[in-house]
Amino acid sequence: MSSSTKHSKWRYVLLGVTAWLAAFMIPQAAHAEYGDVVINNYADAAGIRPAVFPHWFHRIRFRCKVCHADLGFQFKAGGNKIDMAKIIDGKFCGACHNGEVAWSVENCAMCHSGVPGTPTHFHGSTVQSLIAPAYKPLEGK
Amino acid sequence: MKNKIILTSALALVISGPAFSADGVSAEEVTASAATPEPVVVAQVAGANVFNRNLKKVKVKNAPPPEDGIHDPENEGTYVLQPPLEAYQGLPTSPYGNYVDWVKAIDEKKLQPRWDRIDSSEEAFVMDLDVLREVKASVPDVIFPHRQHTEWLACSNCHPAIFIPQKGANQINMSGILLGQKCGVCHGKVSFPITTKSCKKCHSQPKPEDWTPPLSEATLKNPWR
Repeated sequence: MSSSTKHSKWRYVLLGVTAWLAAFMIPQAAHAEYGDVVINNYADAAGIRPAVFPHWFHRIRFRCKVCHADLGFQFKAGGNKIDMAKIIDGKFCGACHNGEVAWSVENCAMCHSGVPGTPTHFHGSTVQSLIAPAYKPLEGK
Repeated sequence: MKNKIILTSALALVISGPAFSADGVSAEEVTASAATPEPVVVAQVAGANVFNRNLKKVKVKNAPPPEDGIHDPENEGTYVLQPPLEAYQGLPTSPYGNYVDWVKAIDEKKLQPRWDRIDSSEEAFVMDLDVLREVKASVPDVIFPHRQHTEWLACSNCHPAIFIPQKGANQINMSGILLGQKCGVCHGKVSFPITTKSCKKCHSQPKPEDWTPPLSEATLKNPWR
């Protein structure tokens, strides 16, 4: 191997390392789980973090039918107009999150865990990739 | 440089003299405009047309809640939530969506989600009926499998609000699906997303051997065809 090829090889290595380091400096957009729903119909106005519904977690335990046929959840992010009054009456989330099937409503921070100001949206939906981001991704956080 | 331009334009005049005079442009005008050339405007393409070899790849797949960008890292409840990767251990993988093949997971009995809110012994009402939908475009035809869908859903979820249960009654097209209509009510949101990798999940029935793409009306009416 000649010295010139050796030199150019190390230049590529240096370039690679720089690029690798630079990748960490670039702020990352949101990369939450496919199917996560942020529900912010009333939360921000009520001074609490928006609720995040993880579809993946629930579909491991229940089939779609349980919520979308039996409990009457519409197939639309934010389309069910859920509020805490309905939940404590045993409707929507409250059908299970009542301390009998799943943990009860006093665990506020488990659902209301979204970044404040995040609008209601379906994370990773095709519609988002078609038009424009439906929400502003986190910057520098 | 200037001298060179004048020389060249003079040479051009000599060669194509009659052409210039036919246009009604005098020799003095031509040499004058050649002597003070308009500043060359270089098209500004640098901003819009940066060579982009690859789109950005998803760097972190199945990120834990505090790092996923929609959960607030300042909220203590965020740290109680289960990281998805922990739950996906042992499940069959897929190249898109949650990177989990949910249908395969049920088929392989790796997952047994409840069909009833409380009664864990209740079985799904599965209907095995494939519906073939012929597609106008040259992509393979669509086979809609009821089986995989009824493993998860009840009939009333789709019929009759989204799909009229009658042959030929439903107008379905990809533009609508991508915008969240028909199949797009779920696909592209929770069930497997619409990407180039997933086309063949639905478009799975190859066209018949003798199939040729139908000619458009504009072509058929074209008098010069």
